[in-house]
Amino acid sequence: MPQQKTLTFSITDPPYENARSTTALRLISLAIERGYDVNVFAYEGAVALPFAKQAPHANAVHQRDAAEENHPNPKDWIAAVLAEAATRGRKLDWVNCGLCADERGVSESIPGTRRGSPADLLKFVEESHNTLVIPTK
Amino acid sequence: MAEYLFIASRDPFESEEVKHFYGLALGLAQESNTVTLFLVQNGVLPARTSSRSKLLTNLVANGVEVLADDFSLRERGIPTSRLAEGVKPASLGVVIDQLALGRKALWN
Repeated sequence: MPQQKTLTFSITDPPYENARSTTALRLISLAIERGYDVNVFAYEGAVALPFAKQAPHANAVHQRDAAEENHPNPKDWIAAVLAEAATRGRKLDWVNCGLCADERGVSESIPGTRRGSPADLLKFVEESHNTLVIPTK
Repeated sequence: MAEYLFIASRDPFESEEVKHFYGLALGLAQESNTVTLFLVQNGVLPARTSSRSKLLTNLVANGVEVLADDFSLRERGIPTSRLAEGVKPASLGVVIDQLALGRKALWN
């Protein structure tokens, strides 16, 4: 690439609800793999995606303990893409809407993410090569 | 003329909005804009030959590039041999490539 490009993704869906969250993380991962810097603005329910207190659990119906259940938590996927970005020397700036997080009691996010406001989204859009808004239904 | 990337994540059997989204893509293509419709998640369901796949073949006939996420197809057990005429399987990386090229992107 002759010039470093930055892509911005705005996401709104909460975890454990819709495949849009998975697709968004696939896109973020692909962008990093392809050498782009990435901004993420998590708005509304999406602020719970990197919530640090997500926990794996057992499944009594299936008679499986937490390890056997191997329940995926999006905070771990986000940590993985943050690590991938660091390994590749790319920037992944993940901003959670602070008021949205306060409303939902999910302000404790994993390291590598930060608190912000919709003003950050405006700044991201202005500074990025392109922006994809992934709205909730 | 402008270049557009439409990303359709919903099944037209689920919502009438999807047809309006296709209609916007069609209108832009008919005005000589470059338009790609990328199907993902349940958005790939009409790509399997069915009563609703005519909506997609009509887009192809009018110059819209219609692509279906290969991962979403595999998740739903849709072999590429069952895809409607003109619909092509593609990697999600196409979305990144087109965003990087500056395409105007819309998600539904």
